[in-house]
Order: sequence, then structure tokens, then C-alpha cells
Amino acid sequence: MKKCRRCSKPATLHITEIVNNEVQTLHLCEGCAQAYLSQQDHPDPDEMSATAAKLIEGQDLDELDHLVCPNCGITFREFRSQGRLGCPHDYIAFETELMPLLENIHGSTQHCGKFPKRAPDSSQRQYQLIKLRNELRSLVEGEKYEEAARLRDRIQSLESELADDQPASGERHDA
Amino acid sequence: MDLESLTHKSGEWLKGQGPESDIVISSRIRLARNLAQYPFLSRADDRVRVEIEESLGQKLVDLPLEKPLSYFKVHTLENIDRQLLVERQLISRELSDNHGSRGVVLSDEENVSIMVNEEDHLRMQVIHSGLALDECWKEIDRIDDLIESEVTYAFSQQLGYLTACPTNVGTGIRVSVMLHLPALVVTKEIQKVFQALHKISLAVRGLYGEGSQAMGDFYQISNQVTLGKTEQQLIQQVKEVVPRIIFYERQARTALVKENREGLHDQISRAYGILKNAQTISSEETMHLLSSVRMGINLGLIDDLEIPTVNELFIHTQPAHLQKIKGTHLESGERNVARASYLRQRLSGRHPGEAN
Repeated sequence: MKKCRRCSKPATLHITEIVNNEVQTLHLCEGCAQAYLSQQDHPDPDEMSATAAKLIEGQDLDELDHLVCPNCGITFREFRSQGRLGCPHDYIAFETELMPLLENIHGSTQHCGKFPKRAPDSSQRQYQLIKLRNELRSLVEGEKYEEAARLRDRIQSLESELADDQPASGERHDA
Repeated sequence: MDLESLTHKSGEWLKGQGPESDIVISSRIRLARNLAQYPFLSRADDRVRVEIEESLGQKLVDLPLEKPLSYFKVHTLENIDRQLLVERQLISRELSDNHGSRGVVLSDEENVSIMVNEEDHLRMQVIHSGLALDECWKEIDRIDDLIESEVTYAFSQQLGYLTACPTNVGTGIRVSVMLHLPALVVTKEIQKVFQALHKISLAVRGLYGEGSQAMGDFYQISNQVTLGKTEQQLIQQVKEVVPRIIFYERQARTALVKENREGLHDQISRAYGILKNAQTISSEETMHLLSSVRMGINLGLIDDLEIPTVNELFIHTQPAHLQKIKGTHLESGERNVARASYLRQRLSGRHPGEAN
């Protein structure tokens, strides 16, 4: 029987992982496996922090680390070390730093899914527009041109409705 | 619903019904949500945690769902009961191990679970047997709407639902399907599947979700991206890939039978024989052998055992379940003996609850 990679007990658990497209197998005893897995419960904060550091390269990391959210008091360094934000406002307080990270994780920085039904009517239609534009993109990608044309008409009428309501602000206006 | 009764039954999602249920164990969708007026959990002190837990707990139990809901204050539960809920996939390890005020709402059939004060203020999930993602979405979407009519979620027009970890922001959705892939494991084709899934940004995890290893040849396939796509698109991505994996698994099973039917039949029968006769057996060995037996039933090589029983045994032979069934604390060695005894009784067709 294989020995645990971290101690000398017999390895009873074999963990297969894919890291950077490479398959890696870890042989661990039950205790070490538990410890390993509980660390892995979430995207490794170290990894995320390394990515964050890499993405904001060229800027003074030290200076960034001292950024503080005025709402919850978390520093950017604390976020980097634990991988968790402190409050919803952090997304605004650390916006410049977080956007490249989000782009890296999700390949996008614009939500186009569900939105709260309680949002004001004008925002509802903005969300609807974002969602429809996203659908349009995937229809065009899927070469479904007829459906795409119909959707384009809907988007245009929604756009003109919105323009009528709010003459000065065609684009989004975040709070 | 009380926790004592849980050990004598199993959730709807283990019933082995629904489309493709020989390979697809269950489908699950979870949403992460936070309340706008509170900090995330990492910055929430005990007082804030109590406030969130108390206000949400009551609102959740009162949700106008068809199914009756029960609320458990997780911080007041014994270790063993928290472990029991983890083994049944009703709460996460994180919720079990966290500190401070926290809770979970469960439906009687165990399809619905809403965790309070996990990594986010709310983590809600709907789980169904077989390949049933659309049903899951319909239900969780409605539950989310109902909760949202009672509270204000942290939401931004650009980033969607705001979550404690940036990996969940946007839709806050995790769509996952649990598959039983023993033939792909035996033929070592599974690595190719992993690599292909990785390329399209889908994650592969073990039985107990995030970070657990693949016990009993169970794998969960789920989305990683949560921002920039609609919920429907993210569900669709998983829905499209699953039939292909099912196809590969069936192909591998056919190849195994074709290559060496006697050998396979022998191996499966021996696995069944050990489970029916062992006097002491570890959890790992049990999972491994049950996996063989499960495939054996699906291939028609075992005909006196039902899939739902095997599905249930995967869960009921785990440490907290065994101890609840026995009604006493058991050390690892004692558990192995109790597990073997439980398996012998269940597999001889006599339920351990019944009189001897």
C-alpha cells in the first residue's frame, strides 16, 4: 500500500485533481486528506491572491493592500489573504482592483441574469435590455439569424421606450 | 420533521428515479444571496449573526410553499446531528463547522435546503433524483422570488447578486449533476472527461461537493462561471455536456462486458459477497464495493437488489448515520464492525429496525 504523501501512514484516499490542465494524483491518509480537502473547500485564497497580485502588477501592491472599505473596514490585504470580501460595498471600494480579477474568473464584468423584482421600473427595463442583448449575441453565434432579427426589433423598441422615459441617460447609471 | 426520523428513511433525491437515473444520481441548483443591509459573514460579529439568523429563520419557515418546512438552529445541534446533515447533503461542511448563530430550513422530502449564515447570508438549494435541472431551477427560482419579496438582496446593476467570494458574484448560481461513473474509472477514461470539462470551464468534484474526493466513483459536474451569462445559459451548458458523459460511461460499460463478461461478473459478485458477509469494513471499502454492486445491478448481473437500497446504503453506512442508527457513540473500529453488521442485515433482506 502506498504511504501518505504528508506523513507515513498508509494512503487510503487518492485524490485526482486537474491543475493547469495537468492531472495530478495525491495519495493521502484519512487525516491528511481531511485537512487537505477542507483547505480546498473553496478556490484557494492563495491562488486567488496570487492572481490578484499578478493582475494589478505594475501598481504598488503595498499601497493597494492598505486600501480600506469605508463601510466595513476590511483592507484589500485582508481580502487577498482570506479570499472573502467584507460587505457588498467592497465591490465599489475595491472596484479598480476587483474588475480585472472578475474578468479573469468569469470572462465578463456585466451581469445579465436574474434581477430583483423589487428594483424600480426603469432599472427593470435596463436589466431586461442587458439580458436581451446577451441573448442576441448567443443567437448570432449560433447562426440563428431569423430569431436574432426578431430579438433585435424587440431590443430596439425597448431602447426607444427607455430613451423616451429618460432623455438624458441612455447608458446605465450606477449608484 | 425531526432528525431522529431521518436515519430510517432517505431523501427523495436518493430514490433512483427520474431520467437517466442509472448514471445520474441527482441534479442540484443552489443560489447564493446576501442581505443588502448587513456586512458579509467574515465581518459580521456574533450580534449581527444572531440578528440575521433570527430575522431570516422566521421568514423562511413561513414561506408559502406547498411543502412543509422545518427550521433547525444549527449552532444548537450536537456534533453528530450536524454531521448527519452533512452526510445527507442537506448542509455544507462549511455551515457545520462555522461558528456563531446559523441555521437551515429543510423540506420533509429533503429536496429543499436553505442555509442561513454559511459563506453567504443565504445559500438555497433544490435537489432532485435523476437528470432534472429544469425542475430544480423552477423551484429554486420561485423560492428565491418568495424570499426576495420579504428582504432586500445586495445587488448591483453591473455585477448582479453580490457575494462574499468574487467567484460566485452575478447569478450566484451553481448548477450541478452527480454522476456515477464506475466504468470510466475502471477503464481510466475518466481523465479524458475531466480534461474536456476543464476546457469548457466546468468543475468536477466528489460526492460531498466542493473539495471532496470521488468516493464510490461519484462525480459532480458543475459550472464555475457565474457572471456574464444568464441562469438559463449556465444550466444549458451542464445539460448539454451530461448526455455525452452518460454516452461515454455506457460505452465503457458495454466494452467491459464485451471484453470479459465472466471476469466482470465475478468481480461484481465478489464485491456483493464481501458486503453481505464482512464482519468489519471501512467506509472507503464499503463505498468502493457498493459502486461495483450498483453497476452490477444496472448491467443485469445482480438481480435481487434494488438501486434505491444501494443509493441509501452509500449514505447510511457513513459514520454519523451508523452512530444514530446504533444510538450510541462509536470509535472508528467499532464503526467498522457496526457497518458490517448493518450491511449484512440490509443485504439479507431484513431491515435492521425490525425485530430479530
